Amino acid sequence: MSAINPKSAKPAGHPGRTVAILAIALVAFSALAILQSATSFKLGLDLRGGTSVTLQPRATAGGRITSSAIDQAVSIIRQRVNSLGVAESEVSAQGTGINRQIVISVPGATGRHIVDLVGQTAELRFRQVLVTGAAAATSASTDTKTASALPAGVTPALNAQYAALDCSNVKNRQGGGGDNPNAALVTCNRDGTAKYILAPAEVLGSDVSKATAAIDQQGGSGWYVLLNFTGNGTSKFGAMTTRVTKLASPQNQAAIVLDGLVISAPRINEAIVSGSAQITGNFTQTAATDLSNVLKYGALPLAFDRGEVQQISPTLGADQLRAGLLAGAIGLILVILYSLLYYKGLGLVSVGSLAVAGAITVLSFLLLGKWIGFTLTLAGIAGAIVSIGITADSFIVYFERLRDEVREGRSLRTAVETGWARARRTILVADFVSLIASILLYFFAVGSVRGFAFTLGLTTVVDLVVVFFFTKPLVSVLSRVNFYANGSRWSGFSQKSLGVAPSKIADSFNGKEA
Amino acid sequence: MSKLSGLGGRLYRGETSIDFIGKRRRWYALSGLVIIISAIALGTQGLKLGIEFKGGASFTVSKAGATIAEAQSAIKAAGITGESIVQKVGSNKISVQTGALSNAESNALQTQLAQTFAVDINSIDTTSIGPSWGKEITHKALYGLFGFIIVVMLYLALAFEPKMAIAAIVAVIHDVFITVGIYALVGFDVTPATVIGFLTILGYSLYDTVVVFDKVRENTRSVTSVGKVTYSDAANLAVNQTLVRSFNTSLIALLPVASILFVGAGLLGAGTLKDLSLALFVGLATGTYSSIFVATPILAQLREREPAMKALTKRIQSRAGLTSRDAASDSAVASTNVLGEAVDTKSNYQRGPRNQPKRKRR
Repeated sequence: MSAINPKSAKPAGHPGRTVAILAIALVAFSALAILQSATSFKLGLDLRGGTSVTLQPRATAGGRITSSAIDQAVSIIRQRVNSLGVAESEVSAQGTGINRQIVISVPGATGRHIVDLVGQTAELRFRQVLVTGAAAATSASTDTKTASALPAGVTPALNAQYAALDCSNVKNRQGGGGDNPNAALVTCNRDGTAKYILAPAEVLGSDVSKATAAIDQQGGSGWYVLLNFTGNGTSKFGAMTTRVTKLASPQNQAAIVLDGLVISAPRINEAIVSGSAQITGNFTQTAATDLSNVLKYGALPLAFDRGEVQQISPTLGADQLRAGLLAGAIGLILVILYSLLYYKGLGLVSVGSLAVAGAITVLSFLLLGKWIGFTLTLAGIAGAIVSIGITADSFIVYFERLRDEVREGRSLRTAVETGWARARRTILVADFVSLIASILLYFFAVGSVRGFAFTLGLTTVVDLVVVFFFTKPLVSVLSRVNFYANGSRWSGFSQKSLGVAPSKIADSFNGKEA
Repeated sequence: MSKLSGLGGRLYRGETSIDFIGKRRRWYALSGLVIIISAIALGTQGLKLGIEFKGGASFTVSKAGATIAEAQSAIKAAGITGESIVQKVGSNKISVQTGALSNAESNALQTQLAQTFAVDINSIDTTSIGPSWGKEITHKALYGLFGFIIVVMLYLALAFEPKMAIAAIVAVIHDVFITVGIYALVGFDVTPATVIGFLTILGYSLYDTVVVFDKVRENTRSVTSVGKVTYSDAANLAVNQTLVRSFNTSLIALLPVASILFVGAGLLGAGTLKDLSLALFVGLATGTYSSIFVATPILAQLREREPAMKALTKRIQSRAGLTSRDAASDSAVASTNVLGEAVDTKSNYQRGPRNQPKRKRR
């Protein structure tokens, strides 16, 4: 009737070999971590201080939230945040499809004013180019022009500002929606390769009705961007192009300005009064798509609600890190003490397994930090601490099974196998439930909750690895050691601790099962 | 300790047996009472939601000797109207909570606080939550909860049997109710960290139930063909056999959680660590209770309704010389004593669930 027949109850495989393979894998991954110089944890802002802002897209009148609109917003905001020049700043979209939030994190105390910076909406404008040149600042002496020599619309003040501007400096490419559409503008292009003096805006982003990237199949001119204007936009753009197309270079260029920075400044070849324009150039597919996105969403159909703003001082960050580590240490010590008190010799197996699980977890944190940018947050540390208990639980499930089998009258060597066959199932099902919980938590949650879910899921997998490749083989090896096999007083298999009658245990330890 | 282990042996062989299933009405009544109290607390007092759910801003200033009055004057000076809460956190921190603020208002208050307490503005820890954000978070938490229950129910129905899945989920819902009730009753703050803790408990509560059910399934696999024990008795033995295991796994899981709670509440005062571990702590305790006192009795009750099980119970009752009155519960009560030695009928299966014809009985 027994579900486990004696054949499968024989010791399986080579337990010693399994442990050796695990040890080699551990050493190999440690070496890899050192080679990739992944030797320190990537700490989250809540552990080292910094500012994080979560923005929730909100559709404005007439606009709809689309996935590419969010992508566009991320790239605009990234441009702004990078201009702060704080190392390790990050801008990312979390979630899926249109149900995404934009999360900006800037470490350290310097990021405080990003809250003001990212809240502004980007504006798209078409401005006529008046002057353009190389990015570097030009000294006033080499660029002295009399007012009469200046192109129409360029004042000496603008010219001085232009001369002083150094577009190779990232700080000058911060953007921001502050440009006045009714005034001339001195600015850089987005890459920092050129600088411009631009005339007041003539066509606005809201005048664009449609923009698409397309490829010219016959003409061989490659990728281009097709632009359509609204009725009002058609007349404004028509007037602008009719005027500038007669002028000399560079004043026959129309700059596409987003967020105060020049995205592209195409030359106008002819007056465009049809309300439909083509922008050609040596575009790659990506470049054409990007430009069409800028044109389409430049006026930002999206507004953002500041969902969550967190500013954590480095002092609090350090406090939280210390508290997390302390809680982990205390928790670990308590679990080890209880295991040793209750399971005595077997408790040592539990301690060893926890040590191996700890080593694997630390290695994963280090390597994942390097590979996928995994950052350790306070919630993540909490997840890891909670998992100490859950990992130790699977050892207990096995140990109690093992002791039950011995109570049934099996010898330890047999019990190790039959107990494992039964415990394995329980552990697999239970761990699988934990895994479902952490995966769902990860996908349904935002922010710090995800960190918790991630570590919980990761440690559940680590738990499985350790139980299968370390704890079980180790118990198999130990079951051949006299100290355990004879049910010594401190082994965790003594008659007293099992509550088995002396005669019975003597029977079973005489190898009756053979 | 060894006394407890010895108990494990006696529980395993059924020499000591606690009647969890026969006395189920008692446990149901207890759970029912706690759930009613929870519902009343929830209805009258409601949950104390953190600013994350309702929108608002919180500022924490670290400064020895800072007083609440100073903070209140700073709020006034910054021109913030509406409700605000000023609290001392630990020995040297002052926390200010306000309703949702605009960016300008928030900056004004920070500047004012920095001035009042003569601290660097960068050392003020702030959190600000937009009003619509709270709704978003609440929705996500609810989706997570329902998604979890559905997926796990399907999985358990596949891995075990549909009735086990039902019983396990009833136990989980029971845990959710009681934990929410305790939060309403005591008035603990509910923050996103609480919700994480909460969802984790659901996973953990199921872990515990899975361990018990695995043994139940093993013990009851052949009850109908052996015909010596009722489903309820076999299930009750399983609970007793896994009792030490349940106790140990729960205690071991509780130890690290307790250390987070202790350090989080003691060292940091408030925040993620405290909220998370408090929810875990409360939930773990109810989770352990429910797998033993709620999940298994419900499972036994569901299974005893099956015709095959009814017939089995009847057969055993008539063999034991009992008048076959009311089916399951009476037979279970008749054959076991709470914490007492097993009565005669027990010896039939005292060697455990598996038939081992090779070995003679003691």
